[in-house]
Amino acid sequence: MKRAFPILSVLTAILLIYGLYQALVVAPTERTMGDVQRIFYYHVPSAWTAFCLFFVNLIASVVYLARKNLKADALAVASAEVGVVFCTIVLVTGPIWARPVWGIWWTWDVRLTTTLVLWLIYVSYLVLRRFSDSAQTPVLAAVLAIFGALDVPLVYFSIWFFRTQHPQPVMGKGGSLDPRMLHAFLVNLLAFSCFGAMVCWARYRLERLRRDVEEAEALESLLGPEGLSSQTSKGRAPLNRGPQ
Amino acid sequence: MSSLWTITLATLTKDIRLEWRSKDSLNAMLFFSLLVVVIFSFSFDPTAEESRQIAGGLVWVAFLFASVVALNQTWARELRNQVLDAYRVSPAPANSLFLAKALGNFILVTVLEALMAPLFIVFYNLRALGPAWQLIPVGVLGTWALVVNGTFFAAMSLRTRSREIMLPLLLFPISIPAIQGMVESTRILLAGDGSARFWIVLLLTYDVVFTTACLALFETVLLAE
Amino acid sequence: MSALRFLYAAYIATWAIHSVYLVSVVRRFRRLHQQMKELGKPGK
Repeated sequence: MKRAFPILSVLTAILLIYGLYQALVVAPTERTMGDVQRIFYYHVPSAWTAFCLFFVNLIASVVYLARKNLKADALAVASAEVGVVFCTIVLVTGPIWARPVWGIWWTWDVRLTTTLVLWLIYVSYLVLRRFSDSAQTPVLAAVLAIFGALDVPLVYFSIWFFRTQHPQPVMGKGGSLDPRMLHAFLVNLLAFSCFGAMVCWARYRLERLRRDVEEAEALESLLGPEGLSSQTSKGRAPLNRGPQ
Repeated sequence: MSSLWTITLATLTKDIRLEWRSKDSLNAMLFFSLLVVVIFSFSFDPTAEESRQIAGGLVWVAFLFASVVALNQTWARELRNQVLDAYRVSPAPANSLFLAKALGNFILVTVLEALMAPLFIVFYNLRALGPAWQLIPVGVLGTWALVVNGTFFAAMSLRTRSREIMLPLLLFPISIPAIQGMVESTRILLAGDGSARFWIVLLLTYDVVFTTACLALFETVLLAE
Repeated sequence: MSALRFLYAAYIATWAIHSVYLVSVVRRFRRLHQQMKELGKPGK
């Protein structure tokens, strides 16, 4: 497991560079929108990755509530944080795409607006995690994740119906889809999915390490440094466990 | 089942009686609601045609802010007197506590709305051009949507730093579809501009989904605190 | 073509955000490793 990470990181980096090359050089220029359309190759894969990460957070939260498995909770934290990063990118690239194409910074496009609400929900999730000091924070956060998941379909439908009453430009593929465009899109989709998974894995390890350090510090304050090293010799305390 | 309702009603009447005896916080909230209406009226010129078109949205935003003030004090009395620990060890179902609090908040917020709505009607010269009776289910469903989640998130915020800001921070994003439902249906009914049926059904769905979720998860949250 | 600057802005913004986040993760890792080492030293 330990050696897989650097290898997979290099592979992901290669994929990302290949994806960049595909997006900027190989893919043909779109007829109606011009070169700006190439933002699509970054915007949509980032959205896909963000949604996958939020889904992972939901599963991890449910597993935690059901089994009180702390590893699941660590994964929940990691996937939420990395998901917010990718989601931020979606919300930044969306308006940058919309402005030159439709002349407006924000379109109340169903998917983009749902992404905004999802971003708000998960930022509130991270704020809850940070502001809640009790040992039961994981439980509260998991409950919030479930509420968020229940909310998303309702958000989607309410915006969808609102849009049928107040039509606005649609952000999407729009226009022709040349097979070279599809190829560039799929490469970037794979590249960003791998990238998202790697960063989430790294964040997960960071979270586990943070908890190990906390636990070790608590042990030390209880037993003193000598007591701590005697625990170590019994092979109990986490000191000899490096990053895995 | 009857014990759930008995305890709920008992807790609710106790809360109302206590609230009525010390009317301070109630009066403060009423005055706050009045201030919100006045500020809105100064900010969004009531004589302009556009303002009357967005009045539906303004009313609900004003209700939202007033209800946050009410929701923030939901558990204040219980916290002061360590009542929650007593609830945790008592055999009473946790849901009866939640329902009592939610219903109490519902009554409180409805009182605030009953003060603010006439003022809005007066300041903004509001007239319902559509079927006005539909505003009642909109009001009931919309208020319940805010109150049920608000009471739940107030309980979740109890052990957090900056408790008062935590509640709206958690409540607002989750409430977005409900707020859209309230605002759109009010706008449609006031302007007589089509059917509000979709939004009322959406509000009803929202209420059913989240009331179920709150009842299912309240015990987990109560024990977690 | 002025539209191109939007394209570059989007790609640069994407990698800027990712870089900031990755740097913060690496920094947190370093700080934790440091803390872990300090715990190992007896008689602090």
